[in-house]
Amino acid sequence: MTPIAGTIAATVLMGLTILATRAFPFLLFSRRDPPRIIRFVEKYIPPMVMAVLVVYCLKDIRWTESPSGFREILAIALVILLHALKKNALLSIFGGTAFYMILINIWK
Amino acid sequence: MNSSSSVIKTAFPVTIPVLFGYIAIGIPFGLMLVKAGYPWWLAPIMSVLMYAGAGQYIAIGLFAANAPLAGMLVTMLMVNIRHIVYGLSLIEKFRGVGKWKAYLVFSLTDETYAILTGVKAPDNIKPGSFYGTIALLDQSYWILGSVVGALAGELIPFSFAGIDFALTALFVVLLMDQLTRTRDMLPAAIGLLCAVAALALFGPGQMLIAALCGGLAILILVRGRQK
Repeated sequence: MTPIAGTIAATVLMGLTILATRAFPFLLFSRRDPPRIIRFVEKYIPPMVMAVLVVYCLKDIRWTESPSGFREILAIALVILLHALKKNALLSIFGGTAFYMILINIWK
Repeated sequence: MNSSSSVIKTAFPVTIPVLFGYIAIGIPFGLMLVKAGYPWWLAPIMSVLMYAGAGQYIAIGLFAANAPLAGMLVTMLMVNIRHIVYGLSLIEKFRGVGKWKAYLVFSLTDETYAILTGVKAPDNIKPGSFYGTIALLDQSYWILGSVVGALAGELIPFSFAGIDFALTALFVVLLMDQLTRTRDMLPAAIGLLCAVAALALFGPGQMLIAALCGGLAILILVRGRQK
């Protein structure tokens, strides 16, 4: 186990490494404009990323073992239904989350 | 209306899903860190300086194994390199945020990115302070969750199991809002296919960066020449 002083030094350096990944595009294009190709696609990046993140949230489901993702799919279906009908983000998120928390307790 | 309390009142509702999600995943982080043999105050130090969910969880394992420093840094680079893709789509949006810019770049987590790409500052609030307040609230939830977990994780009698679904639901809702606004299914379809393919090919640990790189490459191929 790393001694405590070492963990603090490592935390500072890991923090700087993470900051470097976040700051990289801003530093690269701080003085010049991004290439045209990036400007064409930048508005398409957020929906692409959001779809990836939804799948990423489901990455640990074991599809071959019961209940193989049914609970997550049902809860996501409720989120979509609520959001399509009511257009209230908080209602959709908390309705879906409450439903999911009940589901994982009664369906194991 | 531009006092900090009125900015917080406007920004807070946007961040409520992140409040629940970050408390839910921050508590197990703090608990795991203390169980690995470290003092509680290392949790807030890490949450202030690193502020990366997956990165901090992985760091506990690296500390416990006494991994060499170079290995830790390379691991952090690989786990967080996805942030480059996020930044590419926020260069324009962050141009006019003034003194908040450095903090906004530092605090660009998955969840804060997702919210910032979907919101527009109200006319009576400066964009910088609106976005910055959202980012600051999000980080404060993460710090709070990790401290509670480190100090009292074992005392919490009820199970938080499932409450982190709030973050999944947040991404679903933000995706639907994006689709409603752009009326364009293709980027989301590309993301979905790349993510499923990356999960199948590379497994849960490596899928994120593979999916984002693949998605960005295909976006450039199919949309790189259009207006």
